[in-house]
Amino acid sequence: MTTRYTRDHEWVRLEGNTATVGISRYAQEQLGDIVFVELPAVGKKLAKGDEAAVVESVKAASEIFAPVSGEVTEVNTALAEAPGTVNTHAEGAGWFFKLRMSDPAEADALMDSDAYEDFIESV
Amino acid sequence: MAEAVSDAPLRETPLAATHRALGARMVPFAGYSMPVQYPAGIIAEHKWTREHAGLFDVSHMGPSFLSLTEKSGDTEKDHAAVAALIEPLITADVRGLKPGQVRYTLLLNGEGGIVDDLMVARPRDPAWSGTLYVVVNAGTKDGDFARIAKAAGVRATLTRSDDGALLALQGPEAAAVIRDIAPEAAELGFMTYGSFPFEGTRLLISRSGYTGEDGFEILAGSDHAVSLWQRLTADPRVKPIGLGARDSLRLEAGLPLYGHDLDETTTPTEANLGFAISKRRREARDFPSAGRILTESPRRLRVGLLVEGAPAREGADIADANGAKVGTVTSGGFAPTLNRPIAMGYVDPMHAAPGTSLNVVVRGRAQPATVVALPFVPHRYFRKGSP
Repeated sequence: MTTRYTRDHEWVRLEGNTATVGISRYAQEQLGDIVFVELPAVGKKLAKGDEAAVVESVKAASEIFAPVSGEVTEVNTALAEAPGTVNTHAEGAGWFFKLRMSDPAEADALMDSDAYEDFIESV
Repeated sequence: MAEAVSDAPLRETPLAATHRALGARMVPFAGYSMPVQYPAGIIAEHKWTREHAGLFDVSHMGPSFLSLTEKSGDTEKDHAAVAALIEPLITADVRGLKPGQVRYTLLLNGEGGIVDDLMVARPRDPAWSGTLYVVVNAGTKDGDFARIAKAAGVRATLTRSDDGALLALQGPEAAAVIRDIAPEAAELGFMTYGSFPFEGTRLLISRSGYTGEDGFEILAGSDHAVSLWQRLTADPRVKPIGLGARDSLRLEAGLPLYGHDLDETTTPTEANLGFAISKRRREARDFPSAGRILTESPRRLRVGLLVEGAPAREGADIADANGAKVGTVTSGGFAPTLNRPIAMGYVDPMHAAPGTSLNVVVRGRAQPATVVALPFVPHRYFRKGSP
């Protein structure tokens, strides 16, 4: 199991062919209190870069893009009742959706945690 | 709440360094760098204000004084003279203000559109008669001040006081907190103000605010801004609150935000602000565009909406059950007190009755929304004689 990050401040946990996607601790801190999460339909096919979900803070809505291509196999329905989990457990229980990757090699281009730390420093 | 971005350098209030030291996130707002939230976050700040006392830096706003150039010394005559200079621009019976009274009013253009909403107050001290304390919005202050100064001509001088600190202390514990700073201010009635001693200077304190709670707005010189802020935040009942929570608090309280819920195309009737047109001015029909405003059948009305699903933001369409557009959201977001999305907007008068079922369109999808009476959260303003 490895975790990768995108320049849009999403994390992707890779287990075999499955990618679990969420937003980073840094992203949730920047967004502030999360009050609503709109998740994709299970079965939806997403190409890398497609809009996959929407996360709403008190102040604004932000789009979540598919970090890799694939089909949505599961979404975190618990976020409907407890969207604040994204703030408190951004890189764990606050996950958004899982994808069955159609091209796992796409994940190779994503940052590892050290590269992401450097990227945040540079923002 | 983001305002138009320009290349001009952002102004800072005397408390900018204090906010940064507290870990505030600073954002551009109305030409100023302002704290949108502190580390506690908007929801915690919002709830703290509803339960205790929140302290807001609103020094970006436009406090000012309109003062007769030559006073006669006759208290009533001087007040009437300065009132007569500003009344042609606004909807309030300024002449009829009692000493110390603060009035919410509207600055109108020649077509009955709202140029700004503002506060006009009459000093309590007879020695200050012939002067009015006027507080306008941040984004509109330069234009408002020019308009008022032009109307005053040589008969009165408008002095800006927006280089100091304007703080708002809001919440059910605000009165107990202010008692330790300026004991007499705790005795102010709702929508009155006075001048009170503080650390060798004087503070202008009004019992007013923009959250729906009891509270005070305090004008201090820039030299005393930090010491006043420190004194207030040293009280364990007080926490600093950013503009993010200010916006969610005022939205719950059903209070319009100029530039969003009100603009020059909105009339007082449409905005449901008819109460701001004083009885005397209404009867005399002598406020700007009175003929038009008093006879108009509004094309739209400002309403509150309880939204199901995702928050509907400013600009979202409001549709009827058949999908036909009947209005637009002008402010919308999440209401921490109600733990649900709410919105304010304008709809066709046919759809403005509380209980009407409508839809808001968010990201292309219709979500149910019900028209409700404003405010969403009952006001808890101080009333003399109530506990």
